[in-house]
Formats: sequence, C-alpha cells, structure tokens
Amino acid sequence: MARIRTYKTQAVVLKQIPLGEADRIITLCTPNMGLIRAIAKGVRRPKSKLRGHIELLNHISISLNRGRNLDIVSEAESINSFGNLRKNLKRLSIAFYVAEIVLGFSAEESPSTVLYRLLLTALSALEVTDQLELIARYCEIGALSGSGYKPELHSCVDCRSILEPSDHVFSYLKGGILCPSCHNDYGEKLIPVSLNAMKLMRFMQKETLLSTAGLNVSRKLLNEVGQTNRRYIRFIMEKELKTTKFMDLVSNTSPQVK
Amino acid sequence: MTSEYLDASNPVTRLVQEFHKLPGIGPKTAQRLTYYLIRIPEDEARSLAESILAVKDRIILCSECYNITENNPCLLCTDSNRDNKKICVVEEALDVLALERTHSFGGLYHVLHGSISPMNGIGPEDLKIAGLLERLKVRAIEEIILATNPNLEGEATAMYIHRLVEPLNITVTRPARGLPMGGDLEYADELTLSRAIEGRQVF
Repeated sequence: MARIRTYKTQAVVLKQIPLGEADRIITLCTPNMGLIRAIAKGVRRPKSKLRGHIELLNHISISLNRGRNLDIVSEAESINSFGNLRKNLKRLSIAFYVAEIVLGFSAEESPSTVLYRLLLTALSALEVTDQLELIARYCEIGALSGSGYKPELHSCVDCRSILEPSDHVFSYLKGGILCPSCHNDYGEKLIPVSLNAMKLMRFMQKETLLSTAGLNVSRKLLNEVGQTNRRYIRFIMEKELKTTKFMDLVSNTSPQVK
Repeated sequence: MTSEYLDASNPVTRLVQEFHKLPGIGPKTAQRLTYYLIRIPEDEARSLAESILAVKDRIILCSECYNITENNPCLLCTDSNRDNKKICVVEEALDVLALERTHSFGGLYHVLHGSISPMNGIGPEDLKIAGLLERLKVRAIEEIILATNPNLEGEATAMYIHRLVEPLNITVTRPARGLPMGGDLEYADELTLSRAIEGRQVF
C-alpha cells in the first residue's frame, strides 16, 4: 500500500487517554481500517478546535496525518454526537458497555465493518428506544458473530446432530450448544440454557437490531441470555469487562440514598 | 569512566532516575535538570529538597471537602465569610484553584478526586461521593453545583450524583456551557453550540 500522508475516514471515538501536557491518545473504531489509535494535540486546552468533536462515543468524520508511530489528528467534525444518550445515565452506561465490547473484539489494522455498523446502530438505537437491555444483548450476540465467535445454536457443536427443541447446555469452551449425549464429556464449563433463551439468541443472530428492539421479552429471559453471553465473552476475552459493574449499578439502584 | 555513570548508587544517576519517574519528563530532560541542579548554590538545592519533603509531611486531604490542605478542616471549609449553604463539586483539587481564581464563587467545595470512567474501570466507589452525601445530610445545604468537566465522563459523574441527591430536596445546578473566550464559532461542536444558544442571555 502506498503511504499517503493524509487520509480521511468516518469513525466512532471509543477511548481517550491523556498524553503529556495537553494532548490525548484517542482510539477510533472505523469501518475500513479497524481500530486506529491517534494523537489529538492540544485537546485538553479550552480553546482547542478539535476538543468538542472528538468527545467519547461521538460519530465523527476525521482526517489524520501519518505519524512516525501514531497518526495525528488534523481535523475532525462531529456527524452525530448522540445528545439524547448523554442525558440519561442508564442509556449511557449501556453505551459504555457496547463500546467496550466492540473495542474488545476489534483489532488494529483489521477492519470489521460489521462491528462498526453494530456500534453505530446500537448508539442510535440507545438514544430512542426503551428496550435498553435487549439492545445490550443484541450487541453481545452481534459482536460475537461479527468476530468469528458466533455461538452455534442449531446443532450440537460436538456431534453435529440437530438439536431437539428443549432446554440444553451451552459450552463456552466449544462455543455452542451440546446435545444431551455429548455434554457429559465436558463436565464443567457448561451453562444451562432454556429453549426460550436459545430461541431469542437465534432470533438475534439472524434479525436486525430494529426488529429485535420490537420484541417483548421477559426480564428473566433477558437476564438468562445476558448471563450466558457475559460468561462466554469473559471466556473469550480472558478478562472481566470493566463497564459491567457500572451498568449493573446504574440499572439496579433506585434513585435513593442508602 | 562510563561504568561510574551507569552505577545506580551514583548520586547523579540516582537523581536522573528519580526525575525520570515524574510525569512528562523523559530521559533527556531528567539529565538536563540533574546537571542544572549540580550547578546551583547549596541553599537553593536545600530549599527544593525541603519543600518536596514538606509537601509529603504536611499536606493532607481535608476531612470535609477532600481538598489538599495543611490544616484539617481546610481554610476554605473553616472560613466564616464563605457561604456554607452552597457546595461546588469538582473533579480535582486543581479545579478548586481555577474556580478560586475567578473570585465568582463564595461557597464551599467538594473534591471527588476523579470522574466515573467505566471504560477505564473507575466507578463511583472509587470517588469521594460517600463523603459528599454525608456532608449533605449533616449540613443545611441549599444548592449543590456539579462542576465536573464538560465531557462524557464528567457528565456521567454529574448525572450519577444528581440521582443520589434528588430525593434530598436540594437545588442541583450545573455550570453553563457555551463558547470559550477567544474561540471561533465555526469550529464549535454542535453540542456546545446548541447549549450556547439555549442558554443565551439578554445583552
């Protein structure tokens, strides 16, 4: 690839860390270039022109100059800053969670349009719908599928036989459902999954976020799918997600002082 | 001769290494500072060393507002001329300095020592929020100003505190957001600009 000095792209800002006196290193999720880490100079000064545009979770159009190590932001303009999302703590806590999942499943210089699309649609949806939990679940499934970890929910991951319509167990070691005759071989690391949970997960695998948000799903089922996804993601990433604690805190606390 | 300079017990090498640990100081700057210090008079060097120790020995966090201070409670908390019905909540002790410089706020402060940043694993329990709620319960506070930074993390922190404070019947305010002095309208982001228009004032 020819080294072009400047390039432009659309992106969503996923992470910011301070650098030196007034700079920041920002991590961007882009449609065609995977994750990009770039230096935004002077953005901690109040007069910075870039400052407001490269705010976390903004959808921006950005131009960058190739640097020796990290690229340097030359211009940025926000396309959508999801104002509604920023006004509500619960929406925001889930947006942080979705961002961490997308960040965790993306890699530098390994483009994933699926993850980028997922992130953008999720952020827009989190602004308007009230089905916040459903969106979080959809993003878990979507990110898993979009990065090669799609849970196998139709046939047994071991013997490949088609699954009977009943409750089963999910093996996060194998990344899918095991049929009753196979699951004894695995002993531990199995999560029981009800038939309804499997149905919901299958639905999310093939449908869009919009049609998922139209579903009416019980809290219990959402929790079940959430627990399964979370354990599977934790297993793949080999670490605890940082945003879950805050998300749980915000969704559980009633607005009262203890 | 070079081996003498690489020896970790050599005072020059040690000082270079100590400087290198400080934020924003690279190896070259560390060397430059060290060689500068070698040339200065002894009393200046002594005064520098003593002031570093004094910061460590005497500076504590105020038990009321968590600002850094020499006295506990701090001078701002004990000053009878200040309006003790208003609390301004800020992220860092440096923000107190910035606000004090404006001379436009005469109330009390509360320093959180950070902001909620879920992506970096910093939650409300890592901040001095419990102390704030304690103060709100004991004292007759009428207004709480959430002066956290106007970015996503500061905003999340403000919303979180607002949620906790809501049932207490205290007025909760946020500083106005708008265009900075010396700024350019065309470069302002849409959020700032829309807030600036919403909050416009009669000229």
